[in-house]
Amino acid sequence: MKRLLLIALLGSAFPALADRLPLPANAPASFTTECSSCHIAYQPALLQAADWRKLMAGLGDHFGSDATVDEKTGQEIGTFLERHAGSASRPGSAGNPPRITQTARFIRKHDEIPAKYWRDPRVKSAANCEACHPDAAKGSYSEHDISIRELRE
Amino acid sequence: MRAIPALALLLASLASHAETPQQIRQIYVAEASSQQAGFTPSATRGDAFFRQRFASNDKMPACTSCHTDNPLNAGEHAVTGKSIKPLAVAANPARLSDPAKVEKWFGRNCKEVVGRACTPAEKADFVTFLSEVR
Repeated sequence: MKRLLLIALLGSAFPALADRLPLPANAPASFTTECSSCHIAYQPALLQAADWRKLMAGLGDHFGSDATVDEKTGQEIGTFLERHAGSASRPGSAGNPPRITQTARFIRKHDEIPAKYWRDPRVKSAANCEACHPDAAKGSYSEHDISIRELRE
Repeated sequence: MRAIPALALLLASLASHAETPQQIRQIYVAEASSQQAGFTPSATRGDAFFRQRFASNDKMPACTSCHTDNPLNAGEHAVTGKSIKPLAVAANPARLSDPAKVEKWFGRNCKEVVGRACTPAEKADFVTFLSEVR
């Protein structure tokens, strides 16, 4: 019993160790189809609401690509993203245009990664979460299943 | 009376039924023919278009930048590394089954790679190529 309590305490003290960001079950189909054509459908908790709003307003030039969606779809996706967005304190601000990789949380979590890995052909881009986190699309960013062996320790 | 809901269901299922690559080709052929009398789609021209390098986008100079030089193969997004299912219908039967989706991707990718909107004739050729290539 004491042990269980200790585990529970540890768990609440280090919630970040879990590194799980499951996709909310009520994700509209449009979110998955539209947002996962060119990259994984990044979980709403990865940005704060204001940054999702900014991002959705600029889909005509989405990091160099035209990612426009019709108005109804845009509304549906935007509402979902904002409702399940990260709290302002957790991901931190993402800059303009908002980039998940510019949030304080992303930077802190990746601060031990040597620069050369970001240029590694297996990684290609920091937007390519799955290069290192094979189950990123399912919301698993655990340090224990990094697929690039040299980075596992 | 009981037949009415059944009929409604049948109609609904027909309405949402996927189009065939031939039907999608026909949409673009009709459009191209109205601009150019006697237009006939060509898989060979579609193939050449697929491989053509457009001097518009450094990271994606051609369709092949993401879709590889064989449309039967899976591709990879040139920037994000995300895998892309094959374009050819022979390798991926889900391709060319939704006219709105086809038009959406012509819209985005022509702008981004070709640097302009594609013509109905180019689209007809491209769709013909993808539905015939083996």
